[in-house]
Amino acid sequence: MSTLVALARAEAYAAGRAQPIATVRHLHVHDRPFVLIPLAMAGEANAPLAAMLGTAHDDPHLLVVEQPRNRDERFAFAAELAARLVPYLESFAGETEAVAVDRGRDVRHRFVDAPQVWLPNTGGVDFLRLFGRSTRFRSVDGDYPVHPAVPLLGRWLTFLAGTSEVPGSSLLPNAVQALTLHWATGQSGAEDAHLGSLLAWIESGAAAARLAERGPVAGPATDPDFDNHVLAPLIANGDPALRTTLHELLLPTWDGMWRALALLRALPAGDRVGSRWDGDRDAYSAYVQHLAEDGAPQPRRDGAVAAAARLQRLENAAARYAVQRAFDDPLVMAEYRLAGAAFGGVVTLANPDRVDDTGKRPVLRPRIMVATTETVRVEPGASLTSPARPAQKAKVISVTATATGHDVLLELSGGMGRKLVAEPGSVSAVGESLLLTTLSEAYRPGAAFPDPSETPWTHGGPPVVVESVHADHE
Amino acid sequence: MSLDRLRGTTPAKRHNARTIAALTGNPGCSRRAVLDAAGIDKVKLATRIGFPGSFGQSRFALARGNAFEAMLKADDCALLRSVLDVGVVDYHDLGADSDDTLGARHGRTLSLLGSARPALVDHPLLTLEVAGQTVFLEPDLIAFQSEGRLRVVEIKSFAIVDGQADSAAVSGAAVQAAVYVLALRALLGDDRVSHEVVLVCPSNFSLQPVAVVLDVRKQLSTLRRQLSRLSSVSSLIAGLPSFVSFDLSLSPSDLISSLTAIEARYVPECLSSCEMSVYCRSEAAGSTAALGRSVRESLGGIEEVSTVLDLARGAVAPDPGQAEAAALLRQAARLRDEALP
Ligand code: SF4
Repeated sequence: MSTLVALARAEAYAAGRAQPIATVRHLHVHDRPFVLIPLAMAGEANAPLAAMLGTAHDDPHLLVVEQPRNRDERFAFAAELAARLVPYLESFAGETEAVAVDRGRDVRHRFVDAPQVWLPNTGGVDFLRLFGRSTRFRSVDGDYPVHPAVPLLGRWLTFLAGTSEVPGSSLLPNAVQALTLHWATGQSGAEDAHLGSLLAWIESGAAAARLAERGPVAGPATDPDFDNHVLAPLIANGDPALRTTLHELLLPTWDGMWRALALLRALPAGDRVGSRWDGDRDAYSAYVQHLAEDGAPQPRRDGAVAAAARLQRLENAAARYAVQRAFDDPLVMAEYRLAGAAFGGVVTLANPDRVDDTGKRPVLRPRIMVATTETVRVEPGASLTSPARPAQKAKVISVTATATGHDVLLELSGGMGRKLVAEPGSVSAVGESLLLTTLSEAYRPGAAFPDPSETPWTHGGPPVVVESVHADHE
Repeated sequence: MSLDRLRGTTPAKRHNARTIAALTGNPGCSRRAVLDAAGIDKVKLATRIGFPGSFGQSRFALARGNAFEAMLKADDCALLRSVLDVGVVDYHDLGADSDDTLGARHGRTLSLLGSARPALVDHPLLTLEVAGQTVFLEPDLIAFQSEGRLRVVEIKSFAIVDGQADSAAVSGAAVQAAVYVLALRALLGDDRVSHEVVLVCPSNFSLQPVAVVLDVRKQLSTLRRQLSRLSSVSSLIAGLPSFVSFDLSLSPSDLISSLTAIEARYVPECLSSCEMSVYCRSEAAGSTAALGRSVRESLGGIEEVSTVLDLARGAVAPDPGQAEAAALLRQAARLRDEALP
């Protein structure tokens, strides 16, 4: 945890109220989100007990499995969930836009919008991932036939759960993670996992949070006392009151989900949130296409090459997301300033017309001097960027200690037009306050992985065994 | 002061693998070490002083666990034998019994396991040294003996899906299995008992059992360390003031003064591992440790939230040892102020 966030926690404790740790919103919040609160049956391997779901706060829909250990009821639940969720997911596969690829030599199409499914917490994400696993291989005929919507639901859930592992993706966000990205409470991260308590810190304060802790949980696990004293007799007696009981249990979390969405919507979106949502739309468009063309379920486990490639994609996404958040939000950038990976200063000298003609062709290389009082942990030769001019590179020529801090001499390249004279405003002028950082948005190409067909089987290459129609017998 | 004296008229709580495994939870905490060594019922104590926690187990989970175990053991352990691939060996169930026959069951356990005959031995009664006392373990395990070597077989009802299981559940099972290995080794000698234990769980979304082997050497050394720490608890207890007692017939305020006489080390992880946590959390309010280990570290190890804020605002001069942390905190506060509208 960064010292800035830790300090915000200390401040929150002293104030008895959550404190902001972001000045902008770092994720896309959909105009028409789908909210889903799953509840699981204790002890069972991923047996659903209930779910509250829907796209409007005033219209929650409750699904209940009256005998959670009954296999047929479990798949009836899956079919009902599919009947509500899949049409929502597919409803964005309509209008498309053209995107230039290959430096404008080609175009591809992507959908102009994508779905967004909100869960209360990461436990909910894990539940859906397993539910996807338990349904995507089901066959619609044979000994244990299921409704055709069930395996399709499984594929969608597996896709969504996969995207939730990509840092910065907003197709399957969860409320606890989204809120703790923007607010620090005066309690521990473990306690923040309780959505009711977390919301209370943000909306009313510490005392309310302690009370909320004893309130209903946001699932997917239920409270053992609730299981033993309320749920067990209801299920044992096939009591019709089960529905109302579960409705009452889930309703506070349902309301909390929509309040969380409102809190997040009230923050202005960061500049780069839109481009990350573009990436989400790409992923959605590609999956819609996969379902239309081939539709095979995702394998149980990635082969070695696919796993390595995926790991690298995740690492790249994580690095990009960290940099983008810092560029979008001065409060996040402050963490890098504290660590010496960024510093703020004032331009004291500027030579905007400097041309370097030692090479084959003369090139425009203005120099500026920046005076700073902050910690500077950069060496000559390092390449810096400024969020104000992300396309421009600033190479460190020298760092000189002064009475009040450091003078950093920088040589600029890029982002100044194509002529030997810089475009107006593209070079910082004397007196301008500037933030410089070693973080860079530049694209980092990934390593090349062998094609799966050329990979030895010891590393997950052929033969590929797809047990797509296998059903687990129970 | 003796352990029994600390407990007063309340009977000692019997240990099982779960309570022993829990000893590894927060090894730095003296309060917990004393309470556990003396066999204090922490659930009752916490309730008595008005800080009850929620440490119950869902009966659905228990029912499924029992159903899975019954299924494995039906028809003379047919399914268990096939998943363990053990062929035809004897099965002995030493059963359950009351306090006064424990010794006899322990004797039968010793003779059965000592004979080195291939067999599945269910519900053996083991003992372990805890805080200088020999406690009976109420084990729920099967020891499989073959070629003179014993393996602990543990039946758990959490699912293994595509070769993966909930990591918290697996590590919990590994520590409990390590407790059994330790107790069996104490009985028969180290080389007779394997450090590899067999976990039998339902696979994927069915009740089909699958067996996996876990190496518990790491858990064994953690346990040994913690148990040896507990044995030194007697000197800690000897130094306690004479009023300290956890006799549950005492008033809550007396019990609380007894608790405050023993140093605690609250961390948020206590909330899921120690029955005293609701009380200890309220006692630790205002400390940076209560916000989490990483928060405390990021705040330069300063103990109190109020000190952190005073240093960050420059309201107090830092002690010599705090100079570096104070400079960082002041800088952090300045950057926060600058960035916030
Ligand atoms: S809850 Fe209290 S007694 Fe238990 S380990 Fe934590 S600090 Fe020690």
